[in-house]
Amino acid sequence: MTWATAILDWFLGLQIYLPIAEVALNVFLLLGLGAGVGILSGLFGVGGGFLLTPLLIFVGVPPAVAVATQSNQVVASSVSGVLAHWSRGNVDIKMGSVMLGGGMLGASVGVGLFTLLRSLGQIDLVIAIAYVITLSGIGIMMAVESIRALRRSRRSMAPAKLHQHNWAQGLPLKMRFRKSRLYISALLPGGIGFIVGIMSAIMGVGGAFLLVPAMIYLLGMATGVVIGTSLFQIIFVQAWVTFWQANTNQTVDVLLALILTIGGVVGAQIGGRLGGKLPAEQLRFLMAIVILVTAGVLLYELVARPSELFSIVIAGGGH
Amino acid sequence: MIAPRLLQVAALIVLAMMRPASAQAPLIADLDDHLIAITTGFAGADVLLFGTTDGPGDVIVVVKGPVADIEVMRKERVGGIWINRKGLGFQNVPAVYILASSKPLDDLLPVDQRAFYQMGIENVRMVPVSPDDSDLKTFSEALIRAKQKSGLFSDQPARILFIGDRLFRVNLRVPSTVPTGTYLAEVYLVRDQKVVGAQTTPLVISKIGFGADIYDFAHRHSATYGVIAVLVALLAGWMAHLAFRRR
Repeated sequence: MTWATAILDWFLGLQIYLPIAEVALNVFLLLGLGAGVGILSGLFGVGGGFLLTPLLIFVGVPPAVAVATQSNQVVASSVSGVLAHWSRGNVDIKMGSVMLGGGMLGASVGVGLFTLLRSLGQIDLVIAIAYVITLSGIGIMMAVESIRALRRSRRSMAPAKLHQHNWAQGLPLKMRFRKSRLYISALLPGGIGFIVGIMSAIMGVGGAFLLVPAMIYLLGMATGVVIGTSLFQIIFVQAWVTFWQANTNQTVDVLLALILTIGGVVGAQIGGRLGGKLPAEQLRFLMAIVILVTAGVLLYELVARPSELFSIVIAGGGH
Repeated sequence: MIAPRLLQVAALIVLAMMRPASAQAPLIADLDDHLIAITTGFAGADVLLFGTTDGPGDVIVVVKGPVADIEVMRKERVGGIWINRKGLGFQNVPAVYILASSKPLDDLLPVDQRAFYQMGIENVRMVPVSPDDSDLKTFSEALIRAKQKSGLFSDQPARILFIGDRLFRVNLRVPSTVPTGTYLAEVYLVRDQKVVGAQTTPLVISKIGFGADIYDFAHRHSATYGVIAVLVALLAGWMAHLAFRRR
């Protein structure tokens, strides 16, 4: 045996037993998953939970543990992300707090919906359909928008106009969000927080992939503060979801979350540095492609005949 | 369906009391370790089962894990989408089933005897909740298939090696996904298509060390665990920021 295969064997043999997930998995596989998703988050400013959760389930982590642990990991990656944006003054705390209010309310409603759907036995199906619909909708919207912006910037270097919101001008509770350069009704960001809160509880994700496009396209926020502000509100919503999952379901695996976080922060640094060298519109187009591919894979899994029609559920026992 | 199990236990006791003329047990077997500790590095384990017989014969080993109730779901196509539609329940399904023998089972015992001692995948006892369902066979086969795929049911019986006529040994592979609990290794001595001796020996699989402490804590002090999980994440995120801060 050469030294190369010896090293490879050692790497492949480094299994770690996850105490809550109750499976042993390769440390480097988990670190790699965290890093890969971290690169995406550094590039696009999203948590990547919508990719990491299905990947964790695929490598053998029980779905309930994958979803709950993911929330815990999102807290860590969002903290490191928000601090970086904070030091550059890219967090609109006022906007974030208004969204957070809606987000906590939405997460509570979402948790109730999750429990209801699980008792009906169709939670997996609803999760998959929710992913396909939201991801393909956002992906198409982003792809179209970024292609349009790319064409525009090629013809003239003039910056894209901020969006007009005539339909929302009549709403009450107007507030000035200085950093976002907006004067709009608080009901708008609050409502977005609420809807994303519901979705993130049902789909087990941070929701940045929903929040960021909503803040850019629906609110028309100054793009520089969008990512920092979305991370700011995600920390609090996901911290609450983590606590709730640990308290009622005992499905938060701290060890798994830590390993994913270590991989994730390193990946996010790589992604962030790559992101600085690439233009924003190209990045947005790339992100749209990633989202559309994910939606396509999920749709295929719903429609294609599964290789195994049967699955087993341990009734009452287990976790 | 308790009765067959009682009957089997009774048979074991009777067999154990049936001492041959030499006043020696026909079969003595043991495990090199009766406790498998699931620690942070646990990636499955090998357990050595060894023993001696009072003369030529063949040996069959059956290891069964703690039982659980299982629901098998079947997907059906509804409006172009595959949805979990039909479910059938099975009670008292062993979590783990490991089989080992010194010769192919077909050569050692007749069909009814193999069924009685639950030797062979097809003889693992599972109690259907609705025994009259027409799809029972496909569902129970799917259950076995799923268990084999996750490594919890043996695909092929492990080979028991004899050293001379009397000494035997076999390595039993315990997969990393085993549930904790008390397992029972049943060792049978077979001669002329009959079980002539039997012995059972327990095997305990439990979590030990750091991982077990975390598991215990998460279940006993769930709220505190949740708060700690959040605090650890906050701290980890902050440390990551410090480590990679651009100067």
